[in-house]
Amino acid sequence: MPGWVFVLPSLVLVALIGLPLLALIWRSVSKDFFTFTFSAMALDALKLSLVTSVISVGLALVTGTPLAYILVHWKFPGKMLLDVLIDLPVVLPPSVAGIALLMAFGRVGIFGAWLNAIGVTIPFTTVAVVMAQTFVAAPFLVRSVKIGFAAIDPQQQEAARLEGANEWQVFRYIMVPLAGRAVLTGIIMTWTRALGEFGATILFAGNLEGKTQTMPLAIYIGFETSTQIAVVLSVMLLAVSMVFLALLRKFEAEN
Amino acid sequence: MKKRLAIALMIVLLAVTACAPQAAPTAAPTAVPPTTVPPTETAVPPTATAAPRTLTVFAAASLTGAFGDIGKAFEAANPGVAVTFNFAGSQALRTQIEQGATPDVFASADHKNMDPLVQENLVAAGGAKDFATNLLVVILPPGNPANVQTLSDLTRAGLKIDLADSSVPVGNYARQVLTNMSKDPTYGADYSDKVLANVVSNETDVKAVVSKVDLGEADAGIVYVTDAAAAPGLKSIPIPADYNVIAQYPIATLAASPNPDLASAFVDYVLSADGQAILNKWGFAPAGQ
Repeated sequence: MPGWVFVLPSLVLVALIGLPLLALIWRSVSKDFFTFTFSAMALDALKLSLVTSVISVGLALVTGTPLAYILVHWKFPGKMLLDVLIDLPVVLPPSVAGIALLMAFGRVGIFGAWLNAIGVTIPFTTVAVVMAQTFVAAPFLVRSVKIGFAAIDPQQQEAARLEGANEWQVFRYIMVPLAGRAVLTGIIMTWTRALGEFGATILFAGNLEGKTQTMPLAIYIGFETSTQIAVVLSVMLLAVSMVFLALLRKFEAEN
Repeated sequence: MKKRLAIALMIVLLAVTACAPQAAPTAAPTAVPPTTVPPTETAVPPTATAAPRTLTVFAAASLTGAFGDIGKAFEAANPGVAVTFNFAGSQALRTQIEQGATPDVFASADHKNMDPLVQENLVAAGGAKDFATNLLVVILPPGNPANVQTLSDLTRAGLKIDLADSSVPVGNYARQVLTNMSKDPTYGADYSDKVLANVVSNETDVKAVVSKVDLGEADAGIVYVTDAAAAPGLKSIPIPADYNVIAQYPIATLAASPNPDLASAFVDYVLSADGQAILNKWGFAPAGQ
C-alpha cells in the first residue's frame, strides 16, 4: 500500500490538534505575557490545579487499583452493574456529574445533610474540587489497570500461588509490577482528565480564587474579561502539561 | 527513506501553515462595515411558500423569562419567523461577539459590555438603546437556615454568600452596592470587606447564583429583583434605594446581523408598549429611571 494512505488521514488529525495549539502559543506572545503569567490569579489557579489533580490521581490509584483487581478476578452477582457504574463518569457530561455530586453531598443533599448536621460542608471547598476531579477521572485509571491485570498470564499467578503466596502477595509482587505500563497509562489519562475538569468543578465546588478556581475555571473567567488573559493562562497550562507528560513518558521508557 | 520524506513533509507543511502571515487582528477585531438595509421593511408578510427565518438573539441571563415571552409574542406576530436565544452572562456574550459570533440582536445587562461593541463598530448604525432597568436584591435559600434577617447579617462570620463574578454585570453591580453601603456609617467602612470575605463562589451568570441559593448551598446571594420575582419560593431582603444600583439594559442590532430588517423589528418590538408590558410583568422597570 502506498505510504500516502497512512500519511494523509494522519495529517488531518495532526493538523487539527497541532494548528490550534500552535495558534495559541503564537497569539499568547505579547508584552503582557509575563504580567499575566505571574499574576496572583494565574499562579493561584496553577498551584490549585496541580495540587488537586495530583491528589485526585493519588486517590484514584489507591482506590482504583484494588477495584480493578476485583473486577478482573472476582466473580459475584451484580459484577456487571459495578462495571457499568465505574464506566459511567466517562460518558456522562461533566455538568451532570456536578449536579449529581450536589444532590448527594450538597448542604441539603442526601448525604450532605447528615454531614452538615455534624458541621461538615463540602461544596465550595478544595475537597469538593478533588471529589469532582476524582469522580470524572478515576474511571480512566480503573479501565486502564483492568486491561493491564487482564493481560497478565494466569500461569504466573498460579505459579506464585503454588509457591505459597497469598492473595495480597500475588497482587503486590506479580500483578502490579507486570501491569506497570497499564498503570502508568492510567495515571497519565487520569491526571490529564483531572487537570482539565471544569463542569463538575464549577457546579459542585464553585469558583473562588485560591480555593476552588482551578486553571480551566480561571481560563473561562479570564476569557470573559479579556481574551489575552485566557490565552496566556492556556499556554501556561499547555506548558505544564507538556512537561509532566514528557516526564511520565521518560519514566515509562526507562522502565 | 520514503517514510522519512513523508514525515518531514508533514512537519514542514504544519510549520508553513502555522507561520503563514495572518491578517493578524489585535485583541479588538477590525471594523465591520455596516450592512445595507434591504428595501423590504419590518414584519415579514406571511406567505405559504416563505422559508422559515431564524432570528438569533444573545441576551443577558437575567432576561431569560421576559425574553422567552417576548420571543413567543414576536413569533406569533410574525409567522414564519423563529427566534432562538443564547442566554448567558453579558460578558460571555460580548466576548463571543468580539470573537466572531454573528447574532442578530444583543441585549446586555449593562453598558460596560455594550459600549465596547459600539466603539468597535460591531453594532449596527443607530447604536444601542436602553430598554429596561433593574434593581438588586438579596435572596435567601428556602427556609432561610442561617436566619439572615437584615443586610447587616451579611457580615456575620462564617456565612456563605454567593455572588456573580465581578466581570458579570450583576456581580459588578453587587460590589458597587456594597461599596455604597460602606459609605454609610450605619454599616461601617469595612462593610464591603466583611461581606466579600464571606463570598464562597463567583458564578459566571446570575441564574447560577439563583440556583446555588435555591439549592441551599449558599446562605444568601445578590441577584436582580427580576430573578427574585421569578423564584417566588425564595425570601428576599430588599436593598434600599440609597444604596441600590439602577442597572441599565441596552439592546442593539449587530452590524453583521444576517437579518437586519428582522433584527430592527425585534428591537422595535422590545421597545414597543407590548414588549415593555412583558418586561414589566417580569419585574423590570422602564429605561431611564
